[in-house]
Amino acid sequence: MSFWTRHQVFEKNSIILVVGILLVIAIGGLVEITPLFYLKSTIEKVDGVRPYTPLELAGRNVYVREGCYLCHSQMIRPLRDEVERYGHFSLAAESMFDHPFQWGSKRTGPDLARVGAKYSDDWHVTHLTNPRAIVPQSVMPGYPFLSRNEVDPDTIADHMRTLRTVGVPYTDDQIASAGADLKAQADPENAGTDAFNKRYAKAVVRNFDGKTGTPTEMDALIAYLQMLGTLVDFKIYNEKANLR
Amino acid sequence: MSQPSISKSMTIGESGLAVVFAVTAFLCVIASAKALDAPFAFHAALSAAASLAAVFVIVNRYLDRPAALPPQEINGRPNYNMGPIKFSSFMAVFWGIAGFLVGLIIASQLAWPALNFDLPWTSFGRLRPLHTSAVIFAFGGNVLIATSFYVVQKSCHVRLAGYLAPWFVVVGYNFFILIAGTGYLLGVTQSKEYAEPEWYADLWLTIVWVVYLLVFLATVIKRKEPHIFVANWFYLAFIVTIAVLHLGNNPALPVSVFGSKSYVAWGGIQDAMFQWWYGHNAVGFFLTAGFLAIMYYFIPKRAERPIYSYRLSIIHFWALIFLYIWAGPHHLHYTALPDWTQTLGMTFSIMLWMPSWGGMINGLMTLSGAWDKLRTDPVLRMLVVSVAFYGMSTFEGPMMSIKVVNSLSHYTDWTIGHVHSGALGWVGFVSFGALYCLVPWAWNRKELYSLKLVNWHFWIATLGIVLYISAMWVSGILQGLMWRAYTSLGFLEYSFIETVEAMHPFYIIRAAGGALFLIGALIMAYNLWMTVRVGEAEVQMPVALQPAE
Repeated sequence: MSFWTRHQVFEKNSIILVVGILLVIAIGGLVEITPLFYLKSTIEKVDGVRPYTPLELAGRNVYVREGCYLCHSQMIRPLRDEVERYGHFSLAAESMFDHPFQWGSKRTGPDLARVGAKYSDDWHVTHLTNPRAIVPQSVMPGYPFLSRNEVDPDTIADHMRTLRTVGVPYTDDQIASAGADLKAQADPENAGTDAFNKRYAKAVVRNFDGKTGTPTEMDALIAYLQMLGTLVDFKIYNEKANLR
Repeated sequence: MSQPSISKSMTIGESGLAVVFAVTAFLCVIASAKALDAPFAFHAALSAAASLAAVFVIVNRYLDRPAALPPQEINGRPNYNMGPIKFSSFMAVFWGIAGFLVGLIIASQLAWPALNFDLPWTSFGRLRPLHTSAVIFAFGGNVLIATSFYVVQKSCHVRLAGYLAPWFVVVGYNFFILIAGTGYLLGVTQSKEYAEPEWYADLWLTIVWVVYLLVFLATVIKRKEPHIFVANWFYLAFIVTIAVLHLGNNPALPVSVFGSKSYVAWGGIQDAMFQWWYGHNAVGFFLTAGFLAIMYYFIPKRAERPIYSYRLSIIHFWALIFLYIWAGPHHLHYTALPDWTQTLGMTFSIMLWMPSWGGMINGLMTLSGAWDKLRTDPVLRMLVVSVAFYGMSTFEGPMMSIKVVNSLSHYTDWTIGHVHSGALGWVGFVSFGALYCLVPWAWNRKELYSLKLVNWHFWIATLGIVLYISAMWVSGILQGLMWRAYTSLGFLEYSFIETVEAMHPFYIIRAAGGALFLIGALIMAYNLWMTVRVGEAEVQMPVALQPAE
């Protein structure tokens, strides 16, 4: 019986055809995806990476909502020009708590993986409100409404609890004080600053948008942008330690 | 011979679906009242209204119909079900124009950023997913559903399975598009490229898609032909694989069942890999396998020639679906994804060139002995040129998946140009060609209103594509080279904003190309509308009862 005659079993039985299709398309995905969950070399061991603070998380949700990933990548490739333009190439560990990942696929604007601490908060407020006020040739949309929208401190704990269920290691303490921490990070005069700093290593406490009162989405987004790429200290990062 | 009269009663499907929709309406009202955010309240209210409308339509349809359901056959001929096909074709044209228009708007925003108006719901970041979803899932999806329902009936010689089910699929699918699209404008998004809809839209799509698979499969199962026609293999692979990809990429945990926000189960590197396994195979199975099915039915039909090689279609089919699924990691070259995965992705992407061109050869060579028709039939010309564009993009793709090429092309407009040579040239043209065939067939018209207008559509759209992709090639390669340019002293030569400024003229040319493509589609819409409105009805051949053989 020739190959072509044998093939008729698929041509004449719809269920066998469907099963055949399922088997054939399963192989590639299984081989490429499954090992990423258990191969230890997939994500390197690094000091400093921590989950987002409540305010940073709220800011990240603004970043996600506005579709920033469509024009900005967060993934620096190990190529000479990129490393010189943006900083150390991105490590897998640096996005390990990102649900979803925001590596992006297009750079209409520059990469943001290490934008943290590069510009002042004022710069960000002005730039986000009207990008062309600072960079005349920019094609970025303006986001003046962010300063008008307040962040809800009461629901952020639910977000963190959901993230914990999908694998982000938030502690009970962090979740219990989420609302207070959210306000504390944008208000250096706040009494809760010390407790906040204990819960989140190297988190920056500042009045990001320069306005008093409940933190706005502008506060949140800038808090997120200012921490991007700052968690790993590359002066002490030993990449040899991860060669296995 | 009269049918024995039967008493009229609701089928289980009718009554069951009416009850389910009534319950859904009730639940949606509650969800809307308890909603945590405004977009969710809006979507729940919209769903409640749609569910109530569905109950009304189902009951009304029952009251209006004769006691017996539509017969499977009339005078020994299959009683083909054209209603859902007409609906989907209409929606395809509608969403196509909407999607091309939004594309033109966002292309113009990149050239003139003032067009963002600094409002949340008109900014590039929210409109871009609206564009991609409208053209891929709304336009492309409706074309695929319409043609698949047509092809499966005709090639199996049976009426579409189900009474309400096909309508559930076409209306339900378009409702998914409505929820997804309005969601983007209101800021409801997962921010996973081409998988932006939030959890409740994803759940609804899952239900619709399973019914779609069941309708299609049930129709294939009751076929009158021993063999399953080639196009149906491709449609099946498309439907089954899209279901797998959708489920694999989208498992997410909502923060609250009364809110729109959810967090996807996968994180970081695993999420990246899942996303591009999904993303590239949305290209492979939605935009390729599904439209290859169109190629395998509509080109032979229009050219009145058999498929060039049946054996080649067997090899083409299995090789294509096996190799495609591996290609995702080429979207993640030089990222934090492990090298072994990147290399696998690249290797399979290059191998994918072969089955792709095998399919192209099979489509083009079907014209053997009928090449002269390209001079006289602009619809066939459109179909054939689409296959040529397919060949071009499936050469360019493997080339761009080579890591050294990708190091230049990735993150630049070259990718956008590549996608659009496939999307406008291949998917767009094969869809237009299929619609030009399908509309007269489904509405029982002798021919199109005007072949001359098809010709205009063809040339205007082709000019648009050429402007679009050449502008993006130039801007993409220019951008990539500027980013890596060094001065003689060893400093980076250009600041980032200088590379943005250099793109400006190409963004204007790209917008002009998009405008031409949109004008072509408007010409098509007019032509199809007039075909339905004033076209001469096809005279059915008198059916002579044939003696049994």
